[in-house]
Amino acid sequence: MKLDTTRRGFLQTSAGAAASLVLGFHLGGGEADAQTANAELNAFISISPDNMVTLQIHKSEMGQGVVTSISQILADEADIDWNRIKTEFPGVKPVYGTPMMGTYGSLTIRTSWAPLRKTAAQAREMLVQAAATRWGVPVSQVRTENSNVINTATNARLTYGAIAADAAKLAVPANPTLKTAAQFKLIGTSPKRMDTQMKTTGTATFGMDYRAPGMLYAAIERCPVFEGKVKTFDATKAKAIAGVKEVFSIGHGVAVVAENTWVALQAKKALVITWDEGPRAGNSTPGLRAAWAALANTPGQSVQNTGNVDTALASAAKKIEAVYEAPYLSHAPMEPLNATVLVTDTKCDVWVGTQIQTVAMQAAAMATGFKEDQISIHTLYLGGGFGRRGGEDYVHEAVEVAKHMKGTPVKTVWSREDDLQHDTYRPASYTKFSAGLDADGYPVAIHAKVVSPPFGQPGVQTEGIRDMKYAIPNFRCEQHSPDVGIPVSYWRSVGYSQNTFFMESFLDELAAATNKDPLEYRRKLLANQPRMLAVLNLAAEKAGWGTPLPAGRFRGIAVVSNIGSFNAQVAEVSVTGGKVKVHKVVCAVDCGIVVNPAIVAQQIESGIVYGLGPALKHGITLDKGRVVNTNFNSYDPTRIDETPVIEVHVVPSTQAPGGTGEASTPTTPPAVLNAVYAATKKRIRVLPALQKDLA
Amino acid sequence: MPAITFNLNGRSQSVNVPNDMPLLWVLRDTLGMTGTKFGCGMALCGACTVHVNGTPIRSCSTTAASVAGKNVTTIEGLGGAHSVQKAWMEMDVPQCGYCQSGQIMTAAALVQKTAKPSDADIDEAMRGNLCRCGTYPSIRKAIHRAAQLQQGGRA
Ligand code: FES
Ligand code: FES
Repeated sequence: MKLDTTRRGFLQTSAGAAASLVLGFHLGGGEADAQTANAELNAFISISPDNMVTLQIHKSEMGQGVVTSISQILADEADIDWNRIKTEFPGVKPVYGTPMMGTYGSLTIRTSWAPLRKTAAQAREMLVQAAATRWGVPVSQVRTENSNVINTATNARLTYGAIAADAAKLAVPANPTLKTAAQFKLIGTSPKRMDTQMKTTGTATFGMDYRAPGMLYAAIERCPVFEGKVKTFDATKAKAIAGVKEVFSIGHGVAVVAENTWVALQAKKALVITWDEGPRAGNSTPGLRAAWAALANTPGQSVQNTGNVDTALASAAKKIEAVYEAPYLSHAPMEPLNATVLVTDTKCDVWVGTQIQTVAMQAAAMATGFKEDQISIHTLYLGGGFGRRGGEDYVHEAVEVAKHMKGTPVKTVWSREDDLQHDTYRPASYTKFSAGLDADGYPVAIHAKVVSPPFGQPGVQTEGIRDMKYAIPNFRCEQHSPDVGIPVSYWRSVGYSQNTFFMESFLDELAAATNKDPLEYRRKLLANQPRMLAVLNLAAEKAGWGTPLPAGRFRGIAVVSNIGSFNAQVAEVSVTGGKVKVHKVVCAVDCGIVVNPAIVAQQIESGIVYGLGPALKHGITLDKGRVVNTNFNSYDPTRIDETPVIEVHVVPSTQAPGGTGEASTPTTPPAVLNAVYAATKKRIRVLPALQKDLA
Repeated sequence: MPAITFNLNGRSQSVNVPNDMPLLWVLRDTLGMTGTKFGCGMALCGACTVHVNGTPIRSCSTTAASVAGKNVTTIEGLGGAHSVQKAWMEMDVPQCGYCQSGQIMTAAALVQKTAKPSDADIDEAMRGNLCRCGTYPSIRKAIHRAAQLQQGGRA
C-alpha cells in the first residue's frame, strides 16, 4: 500500500492499518510501537509529535456520518485542525458507552453531544495549561486555534503536537469551559464527509472485506423453520467439492468451511439435511393474521388510558372503526451479514461491522466460554445496519464456527437468502381502532388495540400510538403480545415504523369521514404542540398545500414525533392503473441543534427512501414456518426510478439535539398512502399497497 | 486447472480457478480486490458491477472463463480521478458506501456511452443498482455533474 500522508490518505488506510496493528501486535510484530509516540489526552483524543490528532470514534459508521459528525464536535470544542485528523474505531471500554457500547436508537448525537464536548474542552484546557506552564504565563494569556496554542502577548505559537506530552500528564479539569454557540466553527457546518473518498474508490474496509492471513470462509445452512434443529445431515456431496475443508453441525444449522466464499456457498447448497422442524412449522401469514384478528376482539393489556373511552365512545355523535395491518419486514442491509473470527486457546478476536460492540463481545464470550477481557472486538465499516447489526446471532454463530477451527481465522458469510430468511424481523402488527367523533367531527375518543409480538424494551410495540400527540380527551391503547417464535427486533424507527402509518392513516380517515382538510384537522388537534405544529406548517407551506396541482396529482400529509425529533411530510402522487408514482416528498424536520446540516439532510432522505419500500413494495411472507422471500426479486427495495424528488427543510433550533437516522421513515408510508387515498378514494389499511390492491 | 488469463485494470492477470467460478469471487477472494462487492449473488442488486470490455456487467453472475482474453475494469481500476468519482466526492454521495462501487461503475459506463444523460437515461441505466441507504437523489445529481466534468465543464 502506498503511504499517503494527506488526511484523506490517513483516513483511507486507518481501518486497515488499525486492523494490521492489532494483528501485528498479536503476532509480536513491531508496528505497535508507532502508536506509542501518541500522547493520549483522554479516551477520545491523542496527539502525535507531528501534530496529527487521532480521534477515537466510539460509534459505528453505517452511513449516518458519525465519523464526520463526532469529529466535528471534538475538533470544534478542542480547536483541532480539521485537516490534520485521523480516526479509529476503538475496542470495547466503559468510557465508550455504558451499559452498552453501541449505535442504536438514533442516539449518537443526542447522548454524545454533551460528553464529547466536555471531553474535548478538557483536552483543550490541558493543552492551554501545558503551554502556559511552558511559557511561564497565566492561562488567560493563551488561546487555541487550529491545533496550535498561541501566546496572546507575544504571538508565539506551539503546535498541539509539541506540548501534548506535557498536557497528557496534567490533571483533567472537572468543569471545563465550553464554547458558546456563537464560537462554533465546525458545529453547524457541513464539511465534506471524511469517509467519502474511501467509499468512492473501493478502499473502505467493510466487515466483508477484512482479510486475515490464512483465513478460511464459512457458510451456514440454517433450519428454514425458526427454532428448528439439525436432525441428521449427509455431507458427501458437499465434501466432494474441491476446496471444502470442514463440514459440521452447529445445532440450528450445518456449517461449511472452505477456501473461498464461493466454494462455501456452493457446498452449503449441496448439503443434504434432515431437520427437526420444532414447534413453529405451522406459522403462516394467513394463519397469523386470522389468529391476531381473533385476539384483537379480546381485551388486551392497557398501556395508556386517559379519560373514559367507553363512555365517550357510547355517546359520540359518530363512530368509526378500522383495522390496520403491517407485515414482518427484513432489514436487508446492502452488505450481507458476516464476521471474521480467530479463536485460540486463550483469546478470541472478532472483526465485524456491529452496531453494538458490547453485544458482540458478550456473544463471543458466551460462544467461547471465555471471559469478556479475552475477547477483542475490532469494528469495521458497516454496509448498512438499520437495527440488524445490533443482533448477537451472527457474531455468536461465527464464533462457534471459528471455535471449531481453532487457530485459523474464519470469515462466516451470509448469502442474501440467509439474510432475508433468518433476519430478526420488524414484527408484524394487527391494530384495531375505534373512534368517536363529536358533532363537529373531531375525535372525543380513540381506542386502539395493538396485536404484535413482543421484543426489546417495554412499550416499543405501541410507540407511535400510545404516545401520539393529538388532543383527544379519551384515549386508550391496549396491546396483545403473542410470541409466535419468529425472531423480531429493532428495525429503523422501531414501533413507529408501522404505528405512525396506522395512526396517521386513521386520523386521515376521521378527517375524510367529516369532509375536513387533513392539514386543518391535524392543526386543530395539535394546537398545544408547538414543535409538531411547526414542522406540519413548514412542510405544508413548502409543499404548497392547498394550491392547485397538475392534473392527476394529489397530496397527502403525515406528522410524528420520535427519537427526540419532529417530522412532517407532504407526498405528491399520481395513481395510474393501480400503479403509484410518488413524484415528490417535502419533509420538514426539527431535530434540535444540528451538527452537520448536509448529513442531517442525507439521513432524512435516506429514511424516506427506506420508508417507501414497506409502503409500496415489500413485506415478509411466511408459509409452513418458513420465510417465502428469497432474494431481491421477492423482496425488492426501492430503486432509483421509484425515488421521488425529496426536499428537506430543517427548522432552526437551539434545543438539545434530536435523532435523525430514524426520524423520517415513519411518516413516509402514511403521507404517501394518504395521497393515494386523495387520488383514488381507496383507503389502504394493509401494507404494502401493491398495484393489485389499487387497480 | 488450466490458468484463465484476462486483462485486469490494464495488466495481464492469470488465475488458477474453476471455469465456472464467478468473477466476483475471483476478484474478492482469489485476488484480494475487495472494492467490488457482494450483495445478492443473482444479478439483482448491482453491487458487484465491473466493466468487461467497457460494458457494465454483474460479476456475481459472470464466470471466470467467460472473461478470458477480455478487459476487466473494477473500481480499483477507475483511478480515483474519473469524472464520476470526482462528482461523487463533490456531492458526498456515499452513506454506508457498500453499494457505491457498483453504482460508480454503472454510472461510469453510462456517461461513457451517453455524454449528457437525461433523468430518464439515469433511471434506465441505474435501476439495477440498489442502495439501501437511499442515496439515489445524490446519485442523480452526481451523474449530471459527472457528465459536466467529463465535457470539461466548469469545476
Ligand atoms: S451481487 Fe451481483 S448483482 Fe447483486
Ligand atoms: S450507500 Fe449504503 S447501500 Fe448505498
